[in-house]
Amino acid sequence: MSGRTLFDKVWDEHIVVPESEDAPAIFYIDLHLIHEVTTPQAFSLLRERGLEVRRPDLHLATMDHSTPTVPVSSLADLDVVAEPQAAGQIRAMIDNCRDFGIELHGFDSEYRGIVHVIGPELGATQPGKTIVCGDSHSSTHGAFGAIAFGIGSTEVGHVLATQCLLQRKPQRMAVTIDGRLTAGVSAKDVILALIGEIGVDGGTGYAIEYRGSTIRALNMEQRMTICNMTIEAGARIGMIAPDDTTIDYLAGRPRAPQGDAWDAAVARWRALPSDPDAVFDREVSLDVSGLEPMVTFGTNPGMVIPISGRIPDHGDDVSFRKALEYMGLQAGQPMLGTPVDMVFVGSCTNSRMTDLRRVAELLRGRRVADSLSMLIVPGSQSVKHQAEAEGLHEIFIAAGAEWRESGCSMCLGMNGDVVPPGKLCVSTSNRNFEGRQGVGARTVLASPETAVASAIAGRIADPRELLAA
Amino acid sequence: MEKIVRIESPTLVLPQDDIDTDQIMPARYLTTTTKEGLGDAIFADWRYDADGRPIPDFPLNQPGAKDCKILVTGNNFGCGSSREHAPWGLVDFGFRAVISTQIADIFRNNALKNGLVPVVVDSETHAWLLANPGARLAVDVEQRRLELPDGRSVPFPLDGFSRLCLMEGIDQLGYLLKHEDAIRRFEETRPWQP
Ligand code: SF4
Repeated sequence: MSGRTLFDKVWDEHIVVPESEDAPAIFYIDLHLIHEVTTPQAFSLLRERGLEVRRPDLHLATMDHSTPTVPVSSLADLDVVAEPQAAGQIRAMIDNCRDFGIELHGFDSEYRGIVHVIGPELGATQPGKTIVCGDSHSSTHGAFGAIAFGIGSTEVGHVLATQCLLQRKPQRMAVTIDGRLTAGVSAKDVILALIGEIGVDGGTGYAIEYRGSTIRALNMEQRMTICNMTIEAGARIGMIAPDDTTIDYLAGRPRAPQGDAWDAAVARWRALPSDPDAVFDREVSLDVSGLEPMVTFGTNPGMVIPISGRIPDHGDDVSFRKALEYMGLQAGQPMLGTPVDMVFVGSCTNSRMTDLRRVAELLRGRRVADSLSMLIVPGSQSVKHQAEAEGLHEIFIAAGAEWRESGCSMCLGMNGDVVPPGKLCVSTSNRNFEGRQGVGARTVLASPETAVASAIAGRIADPRELLAA
Repeated sequence: MEKIVRIESPTLVLPQDDIDTDQIMPARYLTTTTKEGLGDAIFADWRYDADGRPIPDFPLNQPGAKDCKILVTGNNFGCGSSREHAPWGLVDFGFRAVISTQIADIFRNNALKNGLVPVVVDSETHAWLLANPGARLAVDVEQRRLELPDGRSVPFPLDGFSRLCLMEGIDQLGYLLKHEDAIRRFEETRPWQP
């Protein structure tokens, strides 16, 4: 018998009832992350049926999606800054967590933030766990060697009531990434390049394991950037085997095991990496040594080119033409030099300290072009406080950028932070779908480095030129 | 949940490829705490003009659209987010099946839990469906086959459990709750605690 993959090891350990031809497996969930948008209907279901939350200790709640990024010090404030329905949703979250005994990081918590930023920060995200959330970017947590995936609201109800989900085992795909990234190129460019390579449905039906020398050299925050966008390649799950980098990151975090429990956990984590003879259903490899910064030009993340490239021509492909029309761009034209109206640095893809330090480094002593506005939104309140302790916010503000409270913000434009119709925004988030950042908004996905270079130039610019300057 | 054994209906065709959940249900409609009325919000950015008036050309605004229970789309439908508001909205509008060449995993899961049958077909059948909007089809859940008006019958993949849940209107939460003993045993005997 061949060896087992990282995915198999974690999967097998969480089977309550094995899958059969007639029924999916009953699969146990170790950590359920919840936020205000995808949970109210699930709590209503529990109430209707008179059910309890089975294990309140295995849920962790925050507010991020429809939550304002301007300061809110009290619930009364909320009614001033938020739309009534969004405020209602936030109130429902507070009530639901109180009524069902779930730990909530609300406005008074220094740990509030984007759900996929705070799980790792608190040390709640750990190797070998199964983690779900009513949000597709739950794949982020796979960076720690956890099986983590997004679920819908009905399934949120299943986890609340039973701590389990009905699941069929996906196939396994290995993505091996090798090569040294050159200066100005980062994890975001790697994942964009991969999606460009395998397509937005290339991973459908698979759990991906990222491996190879490039991945091993990344820090945890960069690994999260990679796993975060797994869903943009169609796969629900993207994992990286735990190693010293993972263990060092987790040591001492509030929810990480302590003392003897820590030693036991580390021993368990060390056994998780895929066996050398493990077999994958599909293998893909990518050499990133010559990789350039990547930018999207269309309305899905697979429509992406190297920054020095030109928009390809797909002739009469209707969807392709429609995408370019929406973006106001033409086949054959370069993205470099395209005028930019807004720049957004934030989202669960790129809003952690690694990203903000990089942004500050490039912005220091420079100014954002007068023709555009730049919004920088930290991934969590902890990130915000850390960035302020390092004085990064002063660099941002001096450069003419806006610095906010944490949240999803302009990643999905639910909280009032939107890109106006027809305006083009270079964004460090993960989705450039039509209308994602606001009705008619045009999104160009890029790394934080490219976002800064473009903010300074007022048009899409290559960050490598800033480094040379 | 409503039992679905067989759906017979004319199709409504949206030929775009890669229709994502932000297009099906734009984020500004997600602040609701219920499921009601989401049918009015589906495809909002394509369906209404800047003043909120229906755009007459758009297929969902045409007479008879509400009678179409089968939605045919371009390649690869439902990519994007886990927002169940997308299938809730499609079902609220009146759809009971969606046909494409590929349907994203999370969307598929959510659809099946809400009585929306995800039907994946080969590219030849798909091309025919795109070219013949309004064709009367039958989606036979029991037989796992799609029946075309010219007599062709095309199988589509649907696992046994999902088929049973659709046909019997089985509520999956009820199914899970019946396994309470197994869940407790698992919790008590696992080698480590989360
Ligand atoms: S930042 Fe964007 S992608 Fe991430 S959880 Fe929030 S809305 Fe989803």
